[in-house]
Amino acid sequence: MKHVVKILSLVAAVSAFWITLLQAAIVPQSFTWLLPIYFVVSLGCYGLLMVGIGIMQFPTCPQEAVLLNHDIAEAKDFLSTNGIDIGTY
Amino acid sequence: MAEEKKYKYSIIVPTYNERLNIALIVYLIFKHLRDVDFEIIVVDDGSPDGTQEIVKQLQHLYGEDRILLRARAKKLGLGTAYIHGLKHATGDFVVIMDADLSHHPKYLPSFIKKQLETNASIVTGTRYVKGGGVHGWNLMRKLTSRGANVLAQTLLWPGVSDLTGSFRLYKKSVLEDVISSCVSKGYVFQMEMIVRATRKGYHIEEVPITFVDRVFGTSKLGGSEIVEYLKGLVYLLLTT
Repeated sequence: MKHVVKILSLVAAVSAFWITLLQAAIVPQSFTWLLPIYFVVSLGCYGLLMVGIGIMQFPTCPQEAVLLNHDIAEAKDFLSTNGIDIGTY
Repeated sequence: MAEEKKYKYSIIVPTYNERLNIALIVYLIFKHLRDVDFEIIVVDDGSPDGTQEIVKQLQHLYGEDRILLRARAKKLGLGTAYIHGLKHATGDFVVIMDADLSHHPKYLPSFIKKQLETNASIVTGTRYVKGGGVHGWNLMRKLTSRGANVLAQTLLWPGVSDLTGSFRLYKKSVLEDVISSCVSKGYVFQMEMIVRATRKGYHIEEVPITFVDRVFGTSKLGGSEIVEYLKGLVYLLLTT
């Protein structure tokens, strides 16, 4: 099943639930009408929250740049002693 | 006593103007894969800076059976470079990695180990988990990366934490299968590969990798890249 079909079925299921809520009027209708808006806004806030958390926890590795420079020096050394002409960079 | 099967690994490295980096990366691969049966397949797109000459010198040093130069006439794109390299691969597994040293060969043993432990079809490197990381990105770059990732996770449910990464190990048959159904270009291609693999039900494992961006300043993420990315997301949403 294509992924988009899965998503659309989910949307259809949630919409069916919403319409039932509207008709059954267990909850005040004025409230039910606004539910989709609340949902979209919450989704947006959740997304922003995940981005914010992601940035705060973004794994960085400054020591890797140092290690890489060591590796590059070691490699250049080996290559020049073994006749590989890597030129001046 | 059971005979331990020895596997061969084909490492495909697409290059364009990587004269120095290709030599460094070959040295590092040999350093970190001492007891492993592997071959390096360099797919060079007609680099004007003499990359192919360096590769020939490396072949002289390490052996033409360990380093294969399978060049092409001009810049033809990453996806086709992998397909081209794949045609010449004789390993049981195929590793794809970048030539610019943003992918460090020291992680190759962990890819291999993970695959042997889990019998995964694909092992993909992820920069976004503990033990992994990125160096050389400013806040703006991190923001776009995170935003793109959250959007892709919400829309696509891809099953991996790093969608655009291109440091991966595939079972050869799996790569052949997945690559034949991918049509995108650039980094959307990397996304398409892993999403299609997830949809096909392949067992995918992740290992943390660190990514040192040495081309800071030249790989700018402009408006057109963002548009391309969004178009790619919608395409993947609708066709996978």
